Formats: sequence, structure tokens, C-alpha cells
Amino acid sequence: MHEYSLVEALISRVEAEAKKRQAVRVHTLSVRVGELAGVDPELFQTAYDTFRAGTLCAETTLVVKRIPASWSCPRCRAAIPRGEVLRCAACDVPARLDDGADALTLDGIDMEVP
Amino acid sequence: MCTTCGCGDTELVPVELHEKILAGNDRAARHNREHFLEAGVLAINLMGSPGAGKTAVLEATARAGAGKKWRLGAVSADLATDNDAVRLEKAGIPSRAITTGQACHLDAELVHRSLHDIPWQQTDVFFIENVGNLVCPAIYDLGQAANVVVLSVTEGEDKPLKYPTMFLAADLVLVSKCDLIPHLDFDLAKLDDALARVNPKPNVIRLSARTGEGVDQWIGWLEKRRLEKGLVGRIAGLAAHVHAPAGGRDQKR
Repeated sequence: MHEYSLVEALISRVEAEAKKRQAVRVHTLSVRVGELAGVDPELFQTAYDTFRAGTLCAETTLVVKRIPASWSCPRCRAAIPRGEVLRCAACDVPARLDDGADALTLDGIDMEVP
Repeated sequence: MCTTCGCGDTELVPVELHEKILAGNDRAARHNREHFLEAGVLAINLMGSPGAGKTAVLEATARAGAGKKWRLGAVSADLATDNDAVRLEKAGIPSRAITTGQACHLDAELVHRSLHDIPWQQTDVFFIENVGNLVCPAIYDLGQAANVVVLSVTEGEDKPLKYPTMFLAADLVLVSKCDLIPHLDFDLAKLDDALARVNPKPNVIRLSARTGEGVDQWIGWLEKRRLEKGLVGRIAGLAAHVHAPAGGRDQKR
């Protein structure tokens, strides 16, 4: 259940940003979860709902966007279908993971500032 | 503040960050990585299921590395007990246990604190034996030069398909307990195929810590990583700054 430590890191980062901008409320957090980021989006949401009590994010909506994993050839750009061997048969080179599929990213915060 | 009429009302502003949530861990990992490279130490993050044979692989490495006069070191993480660190010490690898309590993985800060308690600068290869787990350790950069995943033949050939994030992160998969294959229905070709579907640059060494099969190949792989990182011929122990013993809360032995 590393989702709890991830939520802890998320809330610390949000609190630091809110303090820097003297925010009075934080309305929404936007997070992207790549399919290969090693994070279960539902567990992440559950961990957030548990952990946010008593923090600046207690009333803050978390919006999670899932990024599916996709692979392509770095040379000819052909898509490598899911579940296939991760190598371009035409170019004989290893496939490349498309952007965002292995990342857990805090995209943005909507906050109320004076 | 409202700039339209100067009424003093608050304003809702979108703050764009596009920042990794583990950015703090990644900063600590970069710091560890700089330490290891400056000191001429090859750091390996050794991962795998509980019971995959991580500690046995290191015991076999100590036996084989003795011939090369390598100086080895390790930290070994478990939720409780220092059993693995005791085994490694007996095998001749100076080691410390990191007891993580309820934490299912190591992070870069835990590794950094553990380094205060062991003369890691005087090693050629330093192993970070992670908590036995095929999920959580995969996403935490510790500052290692390479990730090695130990997968025992008793676990089944489809483990890479079940745990793709871990096997995508693997620079090398060590297939352990290969001496048991004659007694099992384990098919190495099926494992190779599964790995090739989750990792575009699969790399596998078949090994038995008990019989010594594959250990030379594993030692050769480590030697190649040392050459690639420019660590061969470096004088170990010349770290840019010294870590004083700190008696961190998580270290034992």
C-alpha cells in the first residue's frame, strides 16, 4: 500500500504551494496516473480520502486522469499493440514507451488566493 | 485579489505544475547516485518476491567475488528482523539491516540514512536488498546504477505479465533456484516470452546459488556495469563529502 506514502507526498507538495501563494482554500487537484506508474488509481483515491482529513485538502476534490500504456517504434513510429513482444519487427529495434504511461504527475492545483 | 473593482474578494487561480509526485524522492535519489559515483561504487537495487532467493544470490556473489578481490557491502531491508543482514555478514559482506516497520518498500531517504552507518565508500559493489515485494519497490528510485529483479523458478513463468511495472524497471532478471527446474513444470522459454512483452530490452541470467550455475555470468554482468560507469580503476573511498555516523533510527547491526 505505497499509495498512502504517495498521497502524503502529494499533500505535502500542495500545502507548500498553498503556503507560498497564501491560499485560503484549495479547490481541486489534478493528477495523472500512468498505467505503468505502479499505482492503482482506486487505491490512490481511497488513500487520499483517508489521509486528507485534517489537512488543507480536507475539502479538496481530487481529479484522477488515467493514462493508458502504449508503445511505439522509435524509428518508424509504428504502434506496437498491447501484449505483443516489445520490439518493432520491421526495424528490429526495441519499442519505446509513450510519454506519461509510467509517471504519476501532479498537473495542477486550483486554489483560492487573496 | 479581485483587480476589477478592488473589493478584496479572493480569486480562484489555476496553478499549473506538471510535476512528479515523487519529485522529493527523486531529488534524494540523485544525491545518493552522486555519492556512489563519486566514491567509485556500483550500487545495485536488488528486488524480488519474499523468498525469491535475494540473500542467497548475495551469498553466492560473495563466494565468487572473493576471487576478484571485490569489496562488497549491503543494506538489507525487511519489515522486521535483521536475519538477512546477519546471513550476509556471515558470508563476508559488511551489512546493515533496515527495518521498515509497516513500509512495503525502501525510499531514497531511508537508504541515505542507512549509509551513515556503514563504510559503503570502501566497497566496489554495494547492494541495496529491497523489501520482498514485486509491487511497491518498483517505483522508488534509490540512486542505484541498476535494478536487478530476482525471480525464482518456483514462482511461475507468467510473473512478468502479472507485475509489468516491476519487470519493466528491471535492467536484469536473475532467474534463481534453477537447480530445481528438473522437479518442476517451469518453462524458461515461456518466461523469456513473457518478459519480452513487458520489457523492450529484456536481459536474463539463469542462476543457482546452490550449485553455482550462472554465478560467473552474473559476476561478469556486474563487471560490465562497473566498466560502463567508469568505476574500474577508481580509488574507492574518495567521496566528495563525508557522512558522519548518525545512528539513524532505522538501522541495526
